[in-house]
Amino acid sequence: MSLHKILTLGRMLTFVALSGLAGLAPAIAEPLRIEITEGVIEPLPFAVPDFQAQNAAATEMSRNIARVVAADLAGTGLFREIPSTAFISTITNFSSPVQYADWRAINAQALISGAVSVAEDGKLTVGFRVFDIFSQGQLGEGLQLAGSTESWRRIAHKVADAVYSRITGESGYFDSRVVFVNETGPKNARLKRLAIMDYDGANLQFLTDSSTLVLSPRFSPTGDRVLYTSYETGFPQIFLLQIANVGRAALPTPSGNMSFAPRFSPDGNQVVFSLEQGGNTDIYRMDVSGGNPQRLTSAPSIETGPSFSPDGSQIVFTSDRSGSPQLYVMGANGGEAQRISSGPGRYNTPVWSPRGDLIVFTKQNAGRFHIGVMRTDGSEERLLTASFLDEGPTWSPNGRVIMFTRESQGAAGSSALYMVDITGRNLRRVTNQGAASDPSWSPLQ
Amino acid sequence: MKHITKVAFVVLALGASACTNAGRFDNAGGGAGAGAVVPGSVSDPTSPAYFQQTIGDRILFEVDQATLNDAARDVLAQQATWLMANGAFTAIIEGHADEQGTREYNLALGARRASAVQNYLIERGVAASRLRTVSYGKERPIEICSDEACYSLNRRSVTVISAAGLTS
Repeated sequence: MSLHKILTLGRMLTFVALSGLAGLAPAIAEPLRIEITEGVIEPLPFAVPDFQAQNAAATEMSRNIARVVAADLAGTGLFREIPSTAFISTITNFSSPVQYADWRAINAQALISGAVSVAEDGKLTVGFRVFDIFSQGQLGEGLQLAGSTESWRRIAHKVADAVYSRITGESGYFDSRVVFVNETGPKNARLKRLAIMDYDGANLQFLTDSSTLVLSPRFSPTGDRVLYTSYETGFPQIFLLQIANVGRAALPTPSGNMSFAPRFSPDGNQVVFSLEQGGNTDIYRMDVSGGNPQRLTSAPSIETGPSFSPDGSQIVFTSDRSGSPQLYVMGANGGEAQRISSGPGRYNTPVWSPRGDLIVFTKQNAGRFHIGVMRTDGSEERLLTASFLDEGPTWSPNGRVIMFTRESQGAAGSSALYMVDITGRNLRRVTNQGAASDPSWSPLQ
Repeated sequence: MKHITKVAFVVLALGASACTNAGRFDNAGGGAGAGAVVPGSVSDPTSPAYFQQTIGDRILFEVDQATLNDAARDVLAQQATWLMANGAFTAIIEGHADEQGTREYNLALGARRASAVQNYLIERGVAASRLRTVSYGKERPIEICSDEACYSLNRRSVTVISAAGLTS
């Protein structure tokens, strides 16, 4: 699939409430709902039979779409799929009444049924319904989505996002992408290039070649651009890349030896970053176009890793002004900063949650690395992971999941991307091709 | 038992020599007779190879520090003397960090180290216009490590001599 097609998909996708369902008024006393709390939860059992192929051309796709929906839901750790081998009855007609007793007998609490058709012009249409088995009713209205056959995975992710949202009350994160650094070669001769993939590792594409060292790509909040650090000129410098045509240009920063650690402002119009002059690193912000450069910190210590709060009013960053790297929060125009990290160890790479309530960070303590979260005032610190080397967290669009880099030890060690829930549960490796680091999660597309 | 010990010793010796020579110029003058100076080789005191191997192109740092210790200052003083005697050359000072840190903090730390070296060379008389710094953070380790003895070799600056002018 070409990049161009991926990007135009957003305009082609349409949501249409299924007609003809008015007679099936849901009679739900207590809607099916997972309340996501910090406590341990029992995953909700669900069934996703193969979607119904409405014509011969849709046969393979009707199965594949159901599989992607099931993988998205089960991958959250909040749901558990009941295998089709356990099914007593199955769905043979998208419009037929659901045999609730048969699904209840195998303890399914949610049932997702769907219908798929592929028109001669390649247009793919997917309808789906979600049923609450115990209440014997439909959960929300049926929906229909349409797009090109090449976009089938995106449509499947949108179905899963809708199901997730109806059951949890939160928005989903499945129809999203991740830009990251693909790595090849041993640790002491590593080659790196920018890559992009769907959040689940599918549709891998490379955005640069391996001829130049590249680091720490960061998605724009509009999902169309990437800021990253490149050694293209021989010296580290921030570049801006347009995903649509892979065009790239150096960011016109104020002069210095090295510019790095960029992140977009929440409106996507500004960038906050580090600039090094004469060995000293401070934080700056400016328009993405290069206008209105503003120095936000001015100290002989290292100030780096800035990240805006989602309302754009504050910036969290790392500074070693106290003698070791710690987290600080300042206003978006600089000024006095408040230290928020207080535990033992060194704190780096803070990123403000899209919900605004948490800051995720990398912590190094007693020879181990951790990904952790704390409230924005530094309270309620919780470490979610521990390993030889974990770093560089990024938030899912709904602020529920964190993806990060984990590097293994030794000569054969390599980097991989992992995901973990903000509760610390459901740690798992992201499937993709080859070694990878520095993930940055896109907004929901 | 004796035999096994001997084998282990040979492997260790090879490993050590591979480390010592990592990243060094080929010793082109190795076959020359004693006293003969082969231009451009390590036996030629005006060559980058001499700078790299005889004076030493790198110095090491403590964890999270960019402070120059006595041994480092001694090497850098000789680097400065060489640079002033060989005015056609310029130098790029690379700053490096070990992998016990996050990527962006280590970039800043590498820059701090490279700058400390640059400032010392300028203090010793080298023209600032002949020196430039670049930080590689933890991106270019020379050793693959899992203990402090090894990490310490990656916390380094390397003065890379070039006949070309410095451009930005």
